[in-house]
Amino acid sequence: MNYLELLKLAAPEAVVAVTALVVLALGLARGRVAGICSAAAAAGLLFAMAAVVMLPPNATLFGGMHVITPLTSLFKTICLTLAFFTVILARSDRSARNQGEYLALLLLATIGLMLLVGSEELLMIFIGLELTGLSLYVMAGFDKTDPRSAEAGLKYFLFGSTASAFTLFGLSLVYGMCGTTGLAAIGGKLDAIPVQPLLAAGIVMTLIGFAFKIAAAPFHLWAPDAYQGAPVASAAFIASGSKVASFVVLGKIVLVGFAPAQGSAAWHGLIAGWAPVLAALAALSIVVGNLVALAQSNVRRLLAYSAVAHAGYTLLGLVAGGRDGFGATLFYTTVYAFTLVGAFGVVALVRRETGGDDLTHFRALRSRSPLLAGCMAIFMLSLAGLPPLAGFFGKFYLFSAALRTGANHGLLWLVALALFGSLISLYYYLAVLKAIFVEEPSPATTQLLNDPRPTRTSPSSDFLERISLAVLALVVLFLGVLPGGLVTLIVGALP
Amino acid sequence: MIAWTIYLTFGGAALLLFMPRTFARWIALATAAAGFAISLASLFCDEIDPAHFSTIARAPWVPMLGMEYHLAVDGISLTLALVTGLTAVSAVLFSWDVDHRPNEFFFWLLLVVGGSYGVFLSADLFLLFLFYELVIVPKYFLIAIWGSTNKEYGAMKLTLYSFFGGALVFIGIIAAYANAGSLDLQQLAQFQFTPQLQSWAFPVLFLGFAVLAGIWPLHTWAPTGHVAAPTAGSMLLAGIVMKLGAYGSLRVAMNLFPEGFHLWSKWIAVLAVIGIVYAAGVALRQRDLKFVIGYSSVSHMGFVLLGLATANAFGVGGAVLQMFSHGVIAALLFAVAGRMIYRRTHTRDLDDLSCLNLSRALPFAAFCFVIASAASMGIPGFSGFAAEITILIGAWKAYPMAVWITGAGMVLVAAFTLRALKKSFFADAASNVPAPQGHAPLDPDSNEQAAITTAEKLGAGLLMFATLAVGLYPKLLLDRILPAVESMRFLK
Repeated sequence: MNYLELLKLAAPEAVVAVTALVVLALGLARGRVAGICSAAAAAGLLFAMAAVVMLPPNATLFGGMHVITPLTSLFKTICLTLAFFTVILARSDRSARNQGEYLALLLLATIGLMLLVGSEELLMIFIGLELTGLSLYVMAGFDKTDPRSAEAGLKYFLFGSTASAFTLFGLSLVYGMCGTTGLAAIGGKLDAIPVQPLLAAGIVMTLIGFAFKIAAAPFHLWAPDAYQGAPVASAAFIASGSKVASFVVLGKIVLVGFAPAQGSAAWHGLIAGWAPVLAALAALSIVVGNLVALAQSNVRRLLAYSAVAHAGYTLLGLVAGGRDGFGATLFYTTVYAFTLVGAFGVVALVRRETGGDDLTHFRALRSRSPLLAGCMAIFMLSLAGLPPLAGFFGKFYLFSAALRTGANHGLLWLVALALFGSLISLYYYLAVLKAIFVEEPSPATTQLLNDPRPTRTSPSSDFLERISLAVLALVVLFLGVLPGGLVTLIVGALP
Repeated sequence: MIAWTIYLTFGGAALLLFMPRTFARWIALATAAAGFAISLASLFCDEIDPAHFSTIARAPWVPMLGMEYHLAVDGISLTLALVTGLTAVSAVLFSWDVDHRPNEFFFWLLLVVGGSYGVFLSADLFLLFLFYELVIVPKYFLIAIWGSTNKEYGAMKLTLYSFFGGALVFIGIIAAYANAGSLDLQQLAQFQFTPQLQSWAFPVLFLGFAVLAGIWPLHTWAPTGHVAAPTAGSMLLAGIVMKLGAYGSLRVAMNLFPEGFHLWSKWIAVLAVIGIVYAAGVALRQRDLKFVIGYSSVSHMGFVLLGLATANAFGVGGAVLQMFSHGVIAALLFAVAGRMIYRRTHTRDLDDLSCLNLSRALPFAAFCFVIASAASMGIPGFSGFAAEITILIGAWKAYPMAVWITGAGMVLVAAFTLRALKKSFFADAASNVPAPQGHAPLDPDSNEQAAITTAEKLGAGLLMFATLAVGLYPKLLLDRILPAVESMRFLK
């Protein structure tokens, strides 16, 4: 294999890396370069998508360090798309002073995600995790004018690095037992080894790191502060791109690497393995996320706790296992990511108009901007799982996959819990919509909006954001009405 | 052809979002009328075989998971599509005076109507569930934005109850799907589920649907929701939405899990009878006219559940006829209470109303209310009688004891209906008691507002005609309902 060959196969990552450097350099120039940086970053991401399309369907480099399959290509495209929308969102941030650096970090994080998605080897996965993590820590604390942003960055960093340490330790134990770092090889070795304390410790520690990434309870404590304090675009990317890639990798690790140690989380047939661990995480996330979200008055914090609950739902598919369960998890997490980027986009625009993102700032959004109100309605109702939106189909797919596995519907308890959680969640999603559609504007907001401050940007300047939000809302609606295409893509791409 | 009810209604709803507000009610009326015309024409169409749930539209949807876009129709679906169209038209006519955000109002209203058509015509379990859940959120907005009395509480309570029922239905549906590997109702209706599955899946599925049908003790969303809703909202809720629950219980729960049904049917009968008597007793003590009607709805829906629980053709057929009849009658009652009375007097308190001498001020409203009350009490000649007598004949075969208790309940129904009628329109105390402040007796000649508008007359006339027509000639619907019921497999 020569270098040219290698470069061809790693072209998407290379394009994004070059774009990151170019954007960084552009950012150094004097004057108002923010717009140029954004355009360059967006163009780079589009090029990278084109490069993904041109990859061969199947290839394996360095014993699984870099793998190209239909699945990895699909999720690389999805991560790039999410990054693209995040770049558009980032235009409306206040921290536009260092736009070049910010976008470069975003692109580096995207490379991390692509490495994560495209690897079936523990070391490479860890490198991907760290590259994503380190970029995101900085992005979370990027707004130097806001102490909340610093808090978000610090909390995210402290929790994240501890979780990484756990993961690394867990991976080292697994390596020690199997003598290999390739996922498929690990699966083969574990077949011969019964579940024993050392392996259990290795598996549990590995899972902890991912539980942190996907914000599953009880490793979710960073999420509310990070979602609320970080710049909106960072929060959106942490909640969407990072989550999608983490679920892809988590699925691969448990379903390929740890496959022999699956165990069972069935009600009357509990067998030790990772499935009961994930089931416990899922159950706890659903309960904690939904109950705590009820009490939130800040929309971003509310989304954070609801993200915890959604992590719980998504884990159901992995607990169920198999092609069916993994496919359902991937579909759900993809849909969720697009929905959440959209929801954060609306939050960003409302924040720019009213200066805050509490529920009171959303009051009577309908009369100020019917488009944003309609988009938010679609996003919230999709998250609540109501038809004809993508979240509804996603939940149906996920829960039916969970119920189908195993004899006697052993996972019924988890499905019932998840449905009960959705019932609770409808209340707080409707609280957001109530503020938007039912309530009258609060006096403070009215005063703010009537006060023509020079800092307030004119509505025309966020035209691009509005268009992209409308596109996202249409995507969510489309995936709800005609989900067949994406399901076929995902299930077809699964090995 | 009848599939077009769904497309036209959703098309009309989408159109409303882009049209100026002056056209809103006309578009809504045209859409609703088109749906009604189609469902009426289908009733008399010879091509449709009422005895079999036969396919009218079919296309692959998500082949990977076995989902199909699949519509079918039989006598039961026809009847319920008809009541949907009827209620929709009159609901639009009775909201002719909605000035506040009319586009959105009619948008949500048409979504409820379209979703209901969809439920009644779906032959794919996922599609049915999609339409069923689609109806939830429009109800919330209709009540929370355009409602009255304690509207946000009523709206949220109703939404959460519906969603709770939906969650139970969800479990039942995926249990059926996981075992049979299919979502096609025609196939599932032939599939033999294991008795062990049926014994737990049936009550979950049935109860989930029955929440929306107002089964005691999960009925409490209905009175508060009906009271909080705007007039058209109450009409749709009582007229159509409660039928969705009853229809789901029949078409899905009972038809898929017949053995589970036989195992549990006596408990359903017990809950139904308690519902009939209890709700009637509660209605007797209400001061708010809309609460009286709200509880009467629960009581009447108890008859539907009792009819379903009998598991014989008469009882179940009567239950379907009662769904039609109650849809029409309840819509009429809510129209009189919410639009004709409340919009003019701004009170629904029976004691206040008794001072207003309304039968002189609003003779047409009084006339409508008398007709609706008579139909509601089950006076022969109205649809209520035809339906309830059929149910009781069926119940006599299955649960003679229930008929005795229900008979006592019917006395209570007559009692609260007469009480409401007397207090609201025919109180002779008017001359003795001074009118409360702000509620001066209405003068039909001088008060412009007080005159009953043409739209109201049309809407009320339509509903009254329907209840009389079916009451005098129930064969019209029973000829279509009974063959469909007789082809179902749960009959004993």
